[in-house]
Amino acid sequence: MYATRLWSVRHARGLARFYQGFETLLLNLAPLWRLLGYRRLERPVAAVERVVKGLLFDCKMCGRCVLSSTGMSCPMNCPKQLRNGPCGGVRADGHCEVRPEMRCVWMEAFAGAERIPGGLDAIRVVQGPVDRRLEGSSSWLRVVREKSETPR
Amino acid sequence: MKFEDEPVPGYPLPIRPGHTSPGRFERVLRAGAFAVTAELAPPDSADPEDVYRRARVFEGYVDAINATDGSGANCHMSSLAVCALLTRIGHAPVMQISCRDRNRIAIQGDILGGAAMGVCNMLCLTGDGVQAGDHPQAMPVFDLDAISLLDIACNLRDHHRFESGRKISYAPRVLLGAAENPVAPPAEHRALRLAKKVAAGAQFVQTQYCFDLERLRVFMRAVEELGVLERAFILVGVGPLRSAKAAEWMRAHVPGMHVPDEIIARLAGASDQAREGRNLCVELIQELHTIKGVSGVHVMAYRQEESVAEVIERSGVLGGRRPWRPEGTQFGSLDRKTS
Repeated sequence: MYATRLWSVRHARGLARFYQGFETLLLNLAPLWRLLGYRRLERPVAAVERVVKGLLFDCKMCGRCVLSSTGMSCPMNCPKQLRNGPCGGVRADGHCEVRPEMRCVWMEAFAGAERIPGGLDAIRVVQGPVDRRLEGSSSWLRVVREKSETPR
Repeated sequence: MKFEDEPVPGYPLPIRPGHTSPGRFERVLRAGAFAVTAELAPPDSADPEDVYRRARVFEGYVDAINATDGSGANCHMSSLAVCALLTRIGHAPVMQISCRDRNRIAIQGDILGGAAMGVCNMLCLTGDGVQAGDHPQAMPVFDLDAISLLDIACNLRDHHRFESGRKISYAPRVLLGAAENPVAPPAEHRALRLAKKVAAGAQFVQTQYCFDLERLRVFMRAVEELGVLERAFILVGVGPLRSAKAAEWMRAHVPGMHVPDEIIARLAGASDQAREGRNLCVELIQELHTIKGVSGVHVMAYRQEESVAEVIERSGVLGGRRPWRPEGTQFGSLDRKTS
């Protein structure tokens, strides 16, 4: 929902902190996820993720979540799905070129990034193209799996 | 202007140390000349002569010709084809690649194809949304964005690999460009976005129309602080406005076009509005010439292409330098006497 999406950006700092805690919790439980099996968990976790992030961010389940790098404004809500910054078509009032009734997703992203410590540094990282095969899959599980299984 | 080691027009130049392309445009930029590029609107036609005719008005006044890629999401001849035709007569075209209509498979194929046809300059763009053009019913692709496209093009050129990781046997030797709109919101973050494009591989930048020089100066200072000027050449977008009414229409309908009210008022107050539009453009170019970090201008004169030569000539920014022009009898030069 558009209103909750804007709310999330206004509360980007709190949400970023909450996610940090949540991710740590998931990481600590990694042995449990491994025991249960990531493949078996995929569907129920993805379903929960879809509902929660759908409500908060209008999440499109791209499977490659970058919310912490985009000020809690989901870039997949951009009609051009731009993941590296706004296009040149942003209207003078800060609204979207394609959907004039919507604030530019990236105007929101910068506003959110300013609220998160280190947010403006994170937004500068070049995001590679999305792997479209991940669409619909759980980003949480993927992150936990990657972080817990790659040797530090 | 012709380089002493320049062979037959359209053939690649020897690549100098520190250069990435065998093209004339990169030579001009790296030599420190104030460069001029112009935008060619590809025809709604399959006749190559239509392309040559459109290029002819720029000859001797511009260092490179941009062929737009479905600009404003309107359907025209492809940028790749226009550029390939232009290389045949020796022009230095800038192939525009928009992410709107093609996915990464098609785009990477076009980069190889363009380079094989002698295109030395490629401008990586996001592209206008389909709602802006004549085919709003079309599927917007946007598999990549301008920055991931730059990343992929760089990877092809420097690491000889497709995005998939598969090796290519001969890399495209191209100068890579990006666009920026210094006057669009969020103005305070536009410089940062450009720095990101340069980090992803942009070597030259062509901006949207810039009528607000105060905002441009602020932008240029921010860009300088981010270290962009050492790594990329910035060409600022200009163009003659035909009338106050046309300017207002463009402001309302062309994505990313910002025209200050003072400019519109000045046009409206003139007896010959088209002439005032050209005067304004000349003044703007002369001002831009004095701004630190501006390496040239990119002239967009849609439906007024024939005025580009006059505007450039009157601005005096070429300073006696004469950009390359085709000579002798080559493709498409049959009715040269008309120009």
